[in-house]
Formats: sequence, structure tokens, C-alpha cells
Amino acid sequence: MILSAIIPQPLAKLPWRLIFLVAGIAGIGIITLFSAAGGSMQPWAAKQGLTFLFFLTVAIGMSWIRESTIKSLVFPAYAAIVVMLVVVEVMGFVGKGAQRWLDLGFIRLQPSEFMKPCIVLVLARFYELLPAGAIRQWRAIWPAALLIGVPWFLILVQPDLGTATMVLLSGLTVMFLAGLPMWLFLGGGGVIAAALPIVYSMMHEYQRKRVLTFLDPESDPLGAGYHITQSKIAIGSGGIWGKGYLQGSQSHLDYLPEGHTDFVFATMVEEWGLVGGILLILAFAAVVRWGMNVARNARSRFAQLSAAGLTATIFFYVTINLMMVMGLAPVVGVPLPLVSWGGSAVMTIMICLGILMALERQQRTKSTLS
Amino acid sequence: VRLTAAHQSLAFSRRMLLVGGAQVALGGLLVGRLGYLAVSQNEYYKLQAEDNRVQLIIVPPRRGWIVDRHNKPIAINRSDFRIDLIPEQVEDPKRTLQVLAQLLELGPDEVDRIIREMKAARGYKPVQVAENVPYERYAAVTVRLPELPGVQPMRGFSRFYPAGPAVGHLVGYVGAASAAEYEKEKNPLLITPGFKIGKEGLEETLEQRLRGQPGGQRVELTARGKLVRELEPKPDRSGNTVQLSIDAELQEFAARRLGEESGSCVVLDCMTGDILAMVSMPAYDPNSFSDGIGRTEWRLLSEDLRKPLLNKVLNSLYPPGSTIKPMNAIALQAAGIDPAETIHCPGGYALGNRFFRCLGRHGTVNMRRAIAKSCNTYFYAMGNRVGYDRIAPFARQLGLGQKFDLPVVSQSFGTVPDSKWKLARYQKNPKLIERPDWTASDTLNASIGQGWLILNPLQLAVMAGRIASGRDIQPRLLGAHQRPAPLLGLPPEHLDATRGGMWEVVNGDGTAGASRLPLDGIEMCGKTGTAQVRRITGGQRGQSGDWRYRDHGLFVFFAPYVNPRYAGAVVIEHGLGGARAAAPVAKDVLTFLYDRDKAMASLGALETQWGGTLAERNARRSEAVAAAAAAALAQNRV
Repeated sequence: MILSAIIPQPLAKLPWRLIFLVAGIAGIGIITLFSAAGGSMQPWAAKQGLTFLFFLTVAIGMSWIRESTIKSLVFPAYAAIVVMLVVVEVMGFVGKGAQRWLDLGFIRLQPSEFMKPCIVLVLARFYELLPAGAIRQWRAIWPAALLIGVPWFLILVQPDLGTATMVLLSGLTVMFLAGLPMWLFLGGGGVIAAALPIVYSMMHEYQRKRVLTFLDPESDPLGAGYHITQSKIAIGSGGIWGKGYLQGSQSHLDYLPEGHTDFVFATMVEEWGLVGGILLILAFAAVVRWGMNVARNARSRFAQLSAAGLTATIFFYVTINLMMVMGLAPVVGVPLPLVSWGGSAVMTIMICLGILMALERQQRTKSTLS
Repeated sequence: VRLTAAHQSLAFSRRMLLVGGAQVALGGLLVGRLGYLAVSQNEYYKLQAEDNRVQLIIVPPRRGWIVDRHNKPIAINRSDFRIDLIPEQVEDPKRTLQVLAQLLELGPDEVDRIIREMKAARGYKPVQVAENVPYERYAAVTVRLPELPGVQPMRGFSRFYPAGPAVGHLVGYVGAASAAEYEKEKNPLLITPGFKIGKEGLEETLEQRLRGQPGGQRVELTARGKLVRELEPKPDRSGNTVQLSIDAELQEFAARRLGEESGSCVVLDCMTGDILAMVSMPAYDPNSFSDGIGRTEWRLLSEDLRKPLLNKVLNSLYPPGSTIKPMNAIALQAAGIDPAETIHCPGGYALGNRFFRCLGRHGTVNMRRAIAKSCNTYFYAMGNRVGYDRIAPFARQLGLGQKFDLPVVSQSFGTVPDSKWKLARYQKNPKLIERPDWTASDTLNASIGQGWLILNPLQLAVMAGRIASGRDIQPRLLGAHQRPAPLLGLPPEHLDATRGGMWEVVNGDGTAGASRLPLDGIEMCGKTGTAQVRRITGGQRGQSGDWRYRDHGLFVFFAPYVNPRYAGAVVIEHGLGGARAAAPVAKDVLTFLYDRDKAMASLGALETQWGGTLAERNARRSEAVAAAAAAALAQNRV
């Protein structure tokens, strides 16, 4: 075609379908943030747009990184992030208060965000190095468990239950895909079910309260259950077609708390209805499908596991947020990536997508690494 | 089996299918949940969102009027001025309160209360600053409104009872709802500034009919209570007007006629049972309660020996004394006693070795003379002959000991004793009664209205009314009725003999001869009674000495003698005797029903003696209370 002849080769080779999808999701986010600010680009929508463009550029840039480069960086990156997690914890201890970020002066780094893609990559690398025959052995389990367990614990005590859960779930997904025996996961699930009461007893007061009000939000409609109750009202009152753009009473009159961050989905669905909600879910589903296809077509074990794992991270991000917002999961503080206001989630997702694009690009190039 | 890279790749593909399946399942769950919330629960959540968005700034409905049988107002609403405050809109709370306190002359207690309520207020709910504000102060606040954002001068309504204390016990009063009342009903109207609910009497029992439906300004509010815009206001609906059976003028006259005595007066329509007047004196002024009563006034009221807080018509029980002798007469005739049969009264009656005294030596008396002269000996002898178990059923049939179906807060209904009652009481608590069986001396005591027998004044009025008309009247407070009550089924000749005796009490040479009606062709019939306040000890007979121990004076009556129309009872506490204290009140009250000028003239003479009309005396009392309150306040400050 003429068009493809005009467009320079490097640009034409970008995965445009994915970029349009992601830009579409981010666009929905910006439109919703515009409404959440009462019909204004300030203070959220404009900044969110810039953040997205910046990280999109970063992700596209990342797509030229070679798989071998990624592999060589995985272990040092993992070690660096764990160190940063420890530093954050110590600083929090010294500063007498919960702290989740490192202030480097020009930027605030939240190391737990980086751990989400990193845990996937480090496990993928680990299982690639593990001989095929060892997968049924003890040495296939304990290093992986340690690799997950250390950052999980460090993040949990920050305390950030949402991120800790995501790190755990992403890591477990990689272990599952690596082919560890099925009984391990079924048995583990049983043990966890049995251990829930113990975990509960170790929780912080505010976390416990969240669990309890998740189980029965109406028991405390003005207190801890307020978020879930108001969110359900916003979503439920939107109906099929929504109340119309800029017409959401729950968000505009401030009844919906955190309507521009964790509960942005409720803000969106109140105005766009079931139709808008399903559209957004389908867009995310298409992104996940694209990522899963990258994993399926991957030629190396590292590419297989890391593509599937990174896709799972995106999937968990979206799913945990939506379950939380619709009252299917306790409020754990996980934002809706690309839509919620805030740079961290955009950064994490774009890192995942950047690596996925890099892996996808190398599937299409002739040279094979094996 | 040796696991190879090929095996591994196969396993990965299988596991990918599982993970993909789980993802699809979770995605389906999300879409399903979204559909459930937005479609099948849509109505519910729409309502909730609307509840969030729209708030009603309640405007209390106007309370329904209470009117008398001729639609003359008994309780109405007077418009007044009030100042409210919407905390959300106040910019400088401290300065605003300073200015208001100065303009409205608020005390430190009031300012404290306002600060407390402002802190507790949520959203757009107003807080009351002051009610019943005099016009000059109201105007002073209005002038300075531009510098006092959030301050709302309002027209309000306060309850007004034109007759004041004369209707105090009858209608009760209104007041702001207490925390407990709000907890019970959970109605936001109850905590709206300026809204009052019935606290006593008819105002309390008729609350739901009088209240009405609140309206108000509908506004769109943010979660923090900021006004976004005003929506269509919702109109309020005033409460219903309630008509009473009471004749307001008669009620007021009776109250004034009782004067400074501690007592009560009930007048019934003896054909229908409509209560025309129900007065207990002295009484509190319900108007001072509707503005919120002061501590000093409350203390003075509750410490008063004449018990102005007690409704003596319903909640005071008295031994009826001789007033129940007409009832005895009916019971005795039903037991076969010939009214013409005579008994010799030598000044008392010997039962075994005990001598039961009569008030005099009446010689030979038949039933009619025995009623007229209130001869105890006759009723001792006849009562002892038939036994009290044959008298008690008639007492009950004539309304004694009965609890009436009335919209009142409480009524004490007393006791009509008989052998069964005594046994039950003995079994319940043997310490209170010497022996379980009914004795002849119990009969003798009950026959002259002493002993176990205790009743309230309304029951005595109903008894008089049922004897007068022979009809089974039930006392009624609501509405004016015309249809006579059904007949009781008592033999007319029994009633005639009894009524004849009551005629002679007033119009013959009976005990109440001084209280004949000053009217042509209308005669009052009645029966006097004297109730001992404590047992006769030593020489003291309750006819002298300390006021608290003097005998009560009672009188039951009906009029006219031919075709009776009105019946009633008067009780004057510690009035020494029925003829002396109670019968003259009944005379004047009945006179008022037939000839107002004559009745007012005689009342005027009395009121000059007492130092002014009821209204004048009440005003003077309020002044004294205010002075005492000011003195108490000054003392507290020092």
C-alpha cells in the first residue's frame, strides 16, 4: 500500500492496535477526570494526559530493548528494589510513620510499584535457568518462594495490602505457568483458607475494619463502609445509559469519596452507565488478550513466562480495582490503571507494556536467539 | 519420566489455557456484577442517590387547632419571630455569636447551647438561636443581616391557649421533643428548630391528628452540606382541627369559680356523656410551658401544696363519702327494699358491741329522708341487711371504679370493694389486710363511702349522670354528640325514688338547702359528701385545724329535676364539707348554663374578695415567679 510505503519503517513496525487501545483507555480516564474536577482540565485531567504521553513514549522506547539486555538486568534490578524497600521501611521507622516512597528531590520513587513487573521478570528468569527436569523438585519451589516472600513481606508491613497482594498473585501466576505440580497450588489454596483467621488476627485495625465492612458495608454506612456504599450507589444509579456526561450527582456533590483515584470507575459508570462500564472492561480485556497472545507466541521460556506474568499483573491491577469498587473485594487501595489519577499506576502499566512490546517485536524479527 | 523442554512447552500451553479461562471467568464476574448493580438494582440505587442529593430544609407544619363544641378556640397558634442559624453558611462563628448575643440579650447558658448544637449540626440543618423574639430585637437583627451570613430571621408559630390555666390540665401543653422522644420516632421533624410536640393532656394524646405534614425547601447539597441550588419547595400541610365536647366558656367559668380552692369540677351532658367542663384547680398556665418553662416556675409549681401539676379530675382518688348514697338507694331497691320502709335513727347503729355513729339523730327515716338528711344509720342498717356484694355490682354499673375510654394520658380508677376483691387482695399481700373475709363492718364503712372505697371525681359525675338520665352514658371528650346513650335498664320507679331524695337534698330541708338555684322552674338535685382525710383520732374530727388534715367536701348533682340535662361532680379538697364548699360551686356553674349574667354577677363578687379575676391573679403570679427567678439567678451569680 501507498500509505505503508510513506510511513517510515520503524514507526510502521509499532504495535499500533495496542497503542490505540491503551490511548483509548487513557482517553476515557482523562474525560472522566475532567468531569470529576467539575468540568475542568485542572487539577487532574491535563496533568494525567501529560503523564500518560510521557510514559507512553518511555514504553515505546523500551520496545527496542533486546531480550538479552532485559535478562541481564533482572537480578540487579530486583536486588536494588529490595534494598530500596528496606530503606523505605527503615526511614519510616526512624520518621515514626508509614512511608511508601523515597524522595530523591526531583522525583518520589515508590519502590513497591517497580516490584510488580520485576517480580514477574525475576521469576521468569529463575525458571528459565532451572533445568527442565528439576521442575518437580524442591529446588524449583523454595528460591521462588523466597523471591516472592521477601518483597511481599516488606510491602505488607509498609502497610500496603493492595500492592503486596498484587506482587503475590503475579508471582504465583508465573510459578503456576512454569509448570510446578498442580497439587502444590490446590494444597496451598487449602492451607490459605485454613490460615485466614490467623492472618486476620495479625492485621492492622484499619485493615480489619475494611475486611469487616467489606463483608457487610451497610453495617457502618457513615464510617468505614461509606466508600463501598457510595460507590455502589454511584454505579447502580447510573443504570444502562448513565446520567449523562458531567451529570453524576454522586461524584459532583462529593458523596463518592476518592472519585478521581481508586473509585474513578464509579465516577465513570455513573455518567456513562452499564454501556460505558462494559466498554472499558472490554478495552482492558483486549489489552490482556494481546498480552496473552504475546506469551503464546513467545519462543524463549523467559519470554513466555514474563509476557504471561506481566499480562497477569495488568489483569490483577484492573480486576482487583473493579472488584473493590463494585463491592466484591475489600477496599485495599488499588487504583484503576490508566484511568485513576496518579503517575505510579500509569508508570507500572507502561513498564509492563513496554517490555511486552519489546518481546513482541523480537517475535517478529527474523533473528532468533535460540 | 525425564522431563524435557518439549514437555515444558506443552505444560506451559495447558497452564496458559487455565489462566486464560480464569481471566475470562473473572471478567464475566465483573460484567455480571456491573449488570446486577446498574440494571436489576438500578431503582434502589437511584433512590439512594436521590436521597443523597436532595435534602429537605424542614418547615414545621402548623399545629391543628383545638376548638370547643361551639368551635370556639381552646388552643391556637400565634405567629412569632425566631432567629435560626445555618452553621454551614456562617463565616465567622465567634463574631456572629457575639453580635447575636448582644442584640438578643442571650445569656451565657444559651450561647453555650448554640455552640454545642452548631458543632453537632450536619449539613444544612439549622440551629435555633432564639424563639419568641420581641419585634424590636428581631428588627435589630434583620437590619444587620448583611454582616451576619448564615443567620436566618424567621416567622414561626407558638401555641397559645386563650383561657390559660382554665384549660391547663385538659389540653396539656407542647414543648420541644426530648432526645428520648426523637430516638423513639426517628423523625427529623422532631429535631427541627421551633417544632413542638404535645407533652401532656390532649396535646399529647391527639399528637398525630394535630401534627400535620411538614413541608420545606428542597435543596441540592454536596456531601459537606454546601448548597448547590434550590429546587421546587414542598408545601406543608397543617394539622387537623380537633373539636372537643367541652364548652369553653363553661370550662373557664368553672375554673374561675373554683377560685383559690384546691379542687375539681366536672360537668357532663347526662344524655350523651359529652364532657362539657373538666376543671382541676389550681392549674399551671400551659402558655408558660409552650415557651419553655423556667426552673423557678417549675419548682414553685411542684412544691405547691395545692398540687397545680396534678389533674385532680382523673388522677386524684377520694373516699366518696355520702355522695354514693343515691347509688346505694338504687342497689337496695334492686335487692328488694321498699323505699317507704323506715328505720329509726338514734344517732348511730350498733353492730355487735361496736357503735357506728351517724351525723345526727334523724328519728324515723325512709329512703327519701335518709338521702335528704344523709342519714348514716339508714344505710348502715339496710346495707348490712342486703350485704355489700349485692351493692358493689350497682356501683360498677353506675360507673364507679370504671376506667373510661378517653384520650387522656392517665386516669386513676380507684376501687369498688367486695368480698372477692378483699380475698384477692389478702392473698396478694396478707400484711395489708387483717383478715381475708368480708365483714359486716366492711359493709357499713363502704355503705357511707368510706373504707376501701376510693373513686375519682369523673366517676362521681358519671354516677350522677347515669342516675339522672337512667342511660349508660360514657364520658366523651371529642366531638359534640346529639344522640342520647342507650338506657341502663334500671326500673324507672327505683330511679324516681332516688332522684326524689336528691331533689330534697337541695330543695327540701336537706343538707344542701343553701345551694338552691336562683332560677325559675329549674331545680338542682344533688348529694353532699364529706370525706375524711385521716382517721378520726381523739377529739379532732377534721373540721378544724391544719388545712392539710381537714375533710374534703364533695357534691354530685344533676339538673333540671324534670328531664335532667346536666350532671356533674365538684370536689373541694380540705373544704370541710360538701354542703359548705362544693355545693355552692355546683350551683353557680349550673346557673351559668341557664343565666350567664346572674352567674357572672355572683362570680364578680367572689373574685373581688379573692383579689381579681383568674387572669389577673395569674398575671400577678407570673410576675412573682419572674421576680423569684431573677432573684435566684442573681444569687447564683454572686
